[in-house]
Amino acid sequence: MKIAILRFGGSNCDLDVQKALNNLGAETELVWYKEVLEGFDGVIIPGGFSYGDYLRAGAIAARTKIMQSVREMAEDGKPILGICNGAQILSESHLVPGTFTLNQYPKFVCKWVKLLKIGRSPFTTFSSEIVNLPIAHKEGRFVVPSQLLKELYENDQVVFKYVDDNGRPTSSANPNGSRDNIAAVSNLEKNVLAMMPHPERASEKLLGSVDGNVIFESMISYMNTL
Amino acid sequence: MLFRAEITIKLKNGMLDPEAATIKNALKHLGYECRSVKQAAIFKLEFEADSRQNATDVAEGMCRRLLANPIIHDYDIELV
Repeated sequence: MKIAILRFGGSNCDLDVQKALNNLGAETELVWYKEVLEGFDGVIIPGGFSYGDYLRAGAIAARTKIMQSVREMAEDGKPILGICNGAQILSESHLVPGTFTLNQYPKFVCKWVKLLKIGRSPFTTFSSEIVNLPIAHKEGRFVVPSQLLKELYENDQVVFKYVDDNGRPTSSANPNGSRDNIAAVSNLEKNVLAMMPHPERASEKLLGSVDGNVIFESMISYMNTL
Repeated sequence: MLFRAEITIKLKNGMLDPEAATIKNALKHLGYECRSVKQAAIFKLEFEADSRQNATDVAEGMCRRLLANPIIHDYDIELV
């Protein structure tokens, strides 16, 4: 079982993701976007500022050839996880619905947030309802047309919401103005997850939380069933 | 034939534009009261196409496939 960690020009959380996965005993390989994506059981698209966020965050990376291979793996049911810039790349690739755009207050937000698990997905098969993870982004406001939002709820595609200490998705707990406090969204089949928070930045005690590990562990368990 | 196209990408009506809101505020600090401020991106392109219709189709393709995000953007294409 091997996980590909994609690298584009400007990716910068690739090594952090790799370390977090290696800590959990997963076999990983860093894959440069010009290489062939072959022989992998899952993919993680890490955070960063691919292509300087030119045009729109994730827009350029989404149009690279390797993303076509990611699409094929997604169609095969393999798990694909996009974190932060990786989430933006997945939405720009139309692999998940909606889009992540400029924060309500147009500045970079870097802080710890509480996330309530909403939908079921191969990335969230752990027991805890709330996880603490950091966010670090300027374009993380989830935008989705109302009709599509309705479908997301009907199809259980809203995976995490930003919540307060009491687990409520209040406006003060919403760090970027995302529609309905949505922090992570999946495709219809649930094997592609786009999330703005960084699980790899909460993967060791030294970092302040190990809550992120449950997401990677869920992904690894799911791959073992395939 | 060489065509020149001017493509304007703008947020759909009613979409929140935090940057424009910040700019509106900054204008206010300078004494300019605006009811609204909107901003857009303009791309000026030169490319070869067989006909005017073909050039419009090509520009449409560029908008659909890269320049605009259909969830948040509208676009205008003007062949110059």
